[in-house]
Amino acid sequence: MIVDVNVNLMRWPFRRLPFDDTPKLVRKLREKGVTQAWAGSFESLLHRDMRTVNSRLAAECRQSGVGILVPVGSINPTLPDWQEDLRLCQDAHGMHVLRLHPNYHGYTLDADVCHAVCALANKRGMIVQLVLKIEDERSHHPLLRVPTVDISALEALINKHQGLRLIVMNNYGTVRGAALDRLVKAGHVYFETSHAEQVGAFEKLIKRVPYERVLCGSHFPFFNLEATLLKFQESRIGGFITDAIQHGNAQKLMQYAAEGSR
Amino acid sequence: MKDLNRRGFCSIAAGGLASAARHSVAAGGARETRTNSTQTTGSDAPIWDLHCHFSGVSAETVEQRAEQILSYADRMQIQRLVFFMGWPWSKYPKPQEVRRQNDQVLSVLKRWPDRLLGFAYLNAQYPDACLQEIERCIQEGPMVGVKLWVAHKCNASELDPIIRSCGELNALVYQHTWLKVTGNLPDESTPMDLAELAQRHPTVPIVCGHTGGDWTRGIRAIRQTANVYAGIGGGDPSAGFVEMAVRELGAKRVLYGSDAGGRSFASQLAKVYGAQLSQAEKRLILGGNLRRLLTPILRAKGVKL
Repeated sequence: MIVDVNVNLMRWPFRRLPFDDTPKLVRKLREKGVTQAWAGSFESLLHRDMRTVNSRLAAECRQSGVGILVPVGSINPTLPDWQEDLRLCQDAHGMHVLRLHPNYHGYTLDADVCHAVCALANKRGMIVQLVLKIEDERSHHPLLRVPTVDISALEALINKHQGLRLIVMNNYGTVRGAALDRLVKAGHVYFETSHAEQVGAFEKLIKRVPYERVLCGSHFPFFNLEATLLKFQESRIGGFITDAIQHGNAQKLMQYAAEGSR
Repeated sequence: MKDLNRRGFCSIAAGGLASAARHSVAAGGARETRTNSTQTTGSDAPIWDLHCHFSGVSAETVEQRAEQILSYADRMQIQRLVFFMGWPWSKYPKPQEVRRQNDQVLSVLKRWPDRLLGFAYLNAQYPDACLQEIERCIQEGPMVGVKLWVAHKCNASELDPIIRSCGELNALVYQHTWLKVTGNLPDESTPMDLAELAQRHPTVPIVCGHTGGDWTRGIRAIRQTANVYAGIGGGDPSAGFVEMAVRELGAKRVLYGSDAGGRSFASQLAKVYGAQLSQAEKRLILGGNLRRLLTPILRAKGVKL
């Protein structure tokens, strides 16, 4: 049983990905033992009609991914009346998880809109996924260079919204060292695994982050799905912790959000 | 050290990896529900890793570092590992520092002669010293290739004697390349620079390290230069990379490497395991091609294959 908290559907704007067709993506997830995938939408990066982005995503999950795909709504809090998008995510589509892309949407973590969306998500008991990057900055399209999210204000954000469940996504060393330690202590901050690197990546990760705060994430289909899965083989972390990372921690989080929405 | 022989690798195809993972998981006291995560090898090929360093682990000596990296390589069933550059790294090493780093690699080759291969690190700013190091480490020593990093643009004429010498010895040339939209280092080479160099030496195989990082451009840059090979190690495990390389270059021109220990073996192997390619193509990329390219020099050194 594997819960992958970091999947995207639809089209990456800059090239076709081998598994960007949803039925094909679902077949691959099943083939590799993924039983649940929290799926956002690549459309959310650049589209402004976020309501249709989220409704298309929900429909795609219903149509091609029943029983495995869990739609993750995207909110762009720089758009007027984003609160209605958030309401629709939870009330109309039954979404428990929201994905934020501050770098693609043009705001910082200390911006009022960022605090506002975190406050509303917290109030509604929704989980927030903070995506730090999608692609290596060195390889961006020259006309669309999007810097990695500046995380200097993340600790203050967490401190202000106590109780918020926040997952740091695509962290390739952006959050590290003492800043990471402080974040772990500050609140309910989780880290997914897609960008954990170095030999024995997971062994090193759980030395720094309590295993209860680590979630299995692949960044599939942008990354090869096997990248995260094979890291369980490369690292010796034991069956109990493997279970927690592969599904237990995500299931507890989702249970929290489901209870919060009642 | 575990003996990774041909029989051991054949067992992978029959589910050997999955079995091993089940065993280790069971030993941890949990259910066996997660083992699909390890059934991803998709190949029975002996794996040769073109690109390893002493990085990503903590230890005082390079021997200790190599030992740790080998322990991870064992878990991923990697048979042979090519090491180059010592520790710590230096972008513009003087000849004395180059020798020190190569001595570090020589020391681990001596300890694990059946598992490790070595390339001599060179700084083309010092062409005479490069030739001396090729003589010391390759002609008279056990190394089988050279590594050029970021000290000198590789299309410069200073590299010609180095490449000629490698050609005479059948030593493989590995040149780091990158195409950064954020800007390359001052003397960092691009795949276009490498294609220029390779066209002057059409019979010498040269590896385009990282395939330029931005591989969508890097593959195109080397496409018409048949003696240039795409090194896929390092960088993110982006889906589609290896498929495009095989489509544009053919599977015989694509080489697996990891850039371990700064990268995980897992993420880099996934580029091949996750690619939509035939088993025969994956076998070539994971080790067949590197073995073929190194066979002449290994035979000349009396290494059994």
